[in-house]
Amino acid sequence: MDLNYTPDEEAFRRQVRNWLDENIPDSGLRGVDRNADRDKSTLEKMKAWQRRVHQAGYLALSWPKAYGGQAMDPVRQSIANEEMVRTRAPALIGAMGISMVGPTLIAWGDDEQKARYLPKILAAEEIWCQGYSEPGSGSDLASLRTRAEIEGDEFVVNGQKVWTSNAHFADMMFCLVRTDPDAPKHRGISYILIDMKSPGITVKPLVQMTGDRGFNEVFFDNVHVPRRNLVGKLNEGWMVANATLFHERNMLGSTTTTQMLFNRLKALAAGTMRSGRPLSEDPVFRQRLADLEIRVEAMKYHMLRQLTDSIRGRNPGLGAWVNKLVGTELNHDLATAAMEAMGDYALLARDDGHALDRGFWPYEWMFTLGLVIGGGTSHIQKNIIAERGLKLPKSR
Amino acid sequence: MDFGLTEEQEQLRESARHFLAGECPAAKMREIAADAAGFSPELERKIAQLGWPGLIVPEQFGGAGLGMLDMAVLLEECGYAAMPGPFLFSAAIAAYALAAGGGEELKTRWLRPLAAGAAAGALAMVEANDGLAPSDFATAARTAPSGAVINGVKMFVPYAQSASFFVVAARTGAGGREAGLFVVPADAPGVKVRPLKALDLTRRFAIVEFDGVLAPPESQLQGAADLYERVLGAGAIAIAADSIGGAQRVLDMAVEYAKVREQFGKPIGSFQAIKHAAAEIVADLEPARALTWYAAYAFDALPREAARAVAMAKARACDVYSRAADKAVLMHGGIGFTWDHDIHFWFKRSRMNESLFGAPPFHRERVAALGGY
Ligand SMILES: Cc1cc2nc3c(=O)[nH]c(=O)nc-3n(C[C@H](O)[C@H](O)[C@H](O)COP(=O)(O)OP(=O)(O)OC[C@H]3O[C@@H](n4cnc5c(N)ncnc54)[C@H](O)[C@@H]3O)c2cc1C
Ligand SMILES: Cc1cc2nc3c(=O)[nH]c(=O)nc-3n(C[C@H](O)[C@H](O)[C@H](O)COP(=O)(O)OP(=O)(O)OC[C@H]3O[C@@H](n4cnc5c(N)ncnc54)[C@H](O)[C@@H]3O)c2cc1C
Repeated sequence: MDLNYTPDEEAFRRQVRNWLDENIPDSGLRGVDRNADRDKSTLEKMKAWQRRVHQAGYLALSWPKAYGGQAMDPVRQSIANEEMVRTRAPALIGAMGISMVGPTLIAWGDDEQKARYLPKILAAEEIWCQGYSEPGSGSDLASLRTRAEIEGDEFVVNGQKVWTSNAHFADMMFCLVRTDPDAPKHRGISYILIDMKSPGITVKPLVQMTGDRGFNEVFFDNVHVPRRNLVGKLNEGWMVANATLFHERNMLGSTTTTQMLFNRLKALAAGTMRSGRPLSEDPVFRQRLADLEIRVEAMKYHMLRQLTDSIRGRNPGLGAWVNKLVGTELNHDLATAAMEAMGDYALLARDDGHALDRGFWPYEWMFTLGLVIGGGTSHIQKNIIAERGLKLPKSR
Repeated sequence: MDFGLTEEQEQLRESARHFLAGECPAAKMREIAADAAGFSPELERKIAQLGWPGLIVPEQFGGAGLGMLDMAVLLEECGYAAMPGPFLFSAAIAAYALAAGGGEELKTRWLRPLAAGAAAGALAMVEANDGLAPSDFATAARTAPSGAVINGVKMFVPYAQSASFFVVAARTGAGGREAGLFVVPADAPGVKVRPLKALDLTRRFAIVEFDGVLAPPESQLQGAADLYERVLGAGAIAIAADSIGGAQRVLDMAVEYAKVREQFGKPIGSFQAIKHAAAEIVADLEPARALTWYAAYAFDALPREAARAVAMAKARACDVYSRAADKAVLMHGGIGFTWDHDIHFWFKRSRMNESLFGAPPFHRERVAALGGY
């Protein structure tokens, strides 16, 4: 064990930090938190920001050079991520492309697909959305019914997706479709890439409990998709889908956000007076804060342990199964503690003039619960830990 | 940046797990627990042959000169086995205290035999009021012409009955506000041991009275207030590591049982209530293990972070162990509530671990204070 960074890594950290400090102010995105409602101008600014990060060489550090990455080790990637959180850098609009479909294509895509899609993901030229869930298939994803029939060298897609985040502005969708309705449910699914401008696609926004338009219903009416957009083999999309889910769950379990939330909670408690003293000096609230900080730190080292496993080329084992469960629940616990700390101010809507910090916490409190659900609920995560991790017998 | 065990540490872990499965299986643990002494001379001898007592003792005093992370790796396995005996208290804590604060003579006299397994040290810290701050101690070391004279009564002294020497915390200094640490031979005149009956049968403890015990100047450990904190820290890490291993064991026991016990015509492990309870233990345990390794590493390598890291690990590992033990007993149903089933040994040990060297609320308060809130 050695928690020191090499002088080169330290220099890299300073370089990233300086670059962020210099460039964040002109992004025009200061204070745009995890707001999911992207109006056109915000969207353009966010794409411009991602391009800038990419041109500076700080995006997708561990991707191969051929696809616009930097072929660096995962340590630098984690340093860059840490600095983005520390400097409160604007969110990356192409996150689902960078963290989910990109790594999946690197592992499963053919050369043509990699060359065609990966550079545009990084350059924010194509924003991606995930077409997995359907009205009848949420937790039981493999029961999905959106149908793709093969006609010549095309798939013809009919059906519906739901809760599709970002579909209202996405250019591309990675989508699960049923290509063999007669096979057992996990064996008749294929993973295809769909151009969102294809004729026959209708996107109907849904308003989330936050009041934002974050996700959508997506309808497919005889949508033609070239066969070359199939990733992996026909009817073997479930494995590909799971690769993406693994990346998604790691992204959702990432502790950089968690640390940022804790720091803001601590500042909130220090600045909130209760019975004549800061809330952070209240013995009960101190215990709660300390417990949260301890859990945040435990996750930090838990993730570092997995980072080391990946550098050593080892399977992280049982540990990796818990990231999504623990990370998203911890974020929600942090936000819940902040809501409690705020007292009556927690009751104000985001756009009320008296809202604290422009409504940051009430928004996070809701958003973080959405992430406990999205990407596979906590219940489903526990099923997976028990059945795949601990090898307890299946319930069915 | 490397957050993993070395090959040697992994070997230590593997060989310890293997050794304890053979030499200290649950049946043996129960046998030792049932014996009044609470340790097995035979097991202690074998452990000594493996060099465990001297793991963190400097090489010049016959030890292996390894660090707290190595010790934590080993203690995780001892916790997994619920190994009875003074090992943790002597080899991780008393050894650390002597190595860090003892003069040459003291080290030669006590540390060398400790490393060889020929002597065991015990910590005499808390008193009837159960406080850990030096101001809680009534035991005082008064300056006398030939050194200090110690008077006081210590409680919950682990393995006092079989200890060769005590590391005694006593108030010193002008206002008696500092805790000095003194090494007192167990057979020194004025020392009297009265056993307590422990809930955790894998451990023994006692009341130790120090009645005008003479402590010559060289018996006092050097390093003053800071040393006392560090010794408590060594204890906290040791207990945290034991807790991680214990939590792993109760999880393994419950999972194994859930695969074979059938109700309603199927294994209880196919019921979601059981699955989720097991998954929650994993979700608590894995991050807590990483935190404990970090604390053990920081204890030696990152002096500025160590105090906070240790407090975090102690609070979390003990919370996690107690919760895991609760869930695991429940998962066993009625059989888990019997004396004959083994799981109550871990259940009780989790409770003792929680209390020793500061309970979780104590350490959370330290985290708050050290984090500036
Ligand atoms: C903010 C947000 C963003 C999202 N973004 C996307 C997206 O971009 N793309 C996409 O495809 N999907 C997205 N989703 C959908 C998400 O993946 C699903 O909501 C989730 O998988 C749950 O499915 P469901 O909503 O159908 O709930 P259901 O599956 O109907 O679950 C209802 C309840 O039953 C529980 N449950 C179900 N089955 C079991 C079981 N076997 N054992 C125990 N409990 C069970 C669930 O845990 C839940 O509590 C998003 C969801 C949210 C909230
Ligand atoms: C202190 C004590 C006193 C008792 N006194 C009496 C008495 O006087 N008379 C008497 O008749 N009995 C008595 N009992 C027995 C008690 O009723 C049973 O222990 C209890 O009903 C559980 O049954 P079991 O021990 O067979 O565990 P099991 O039924 O084998 O259960 C093992 C585990 O599986 C879980 N489990 C089992 N089925 C399901 C399911 N479908 N869904 C989810 N989880 C499940 C249980 O909750 C438990 O965690 C006593 C038990 C105790 C502990």
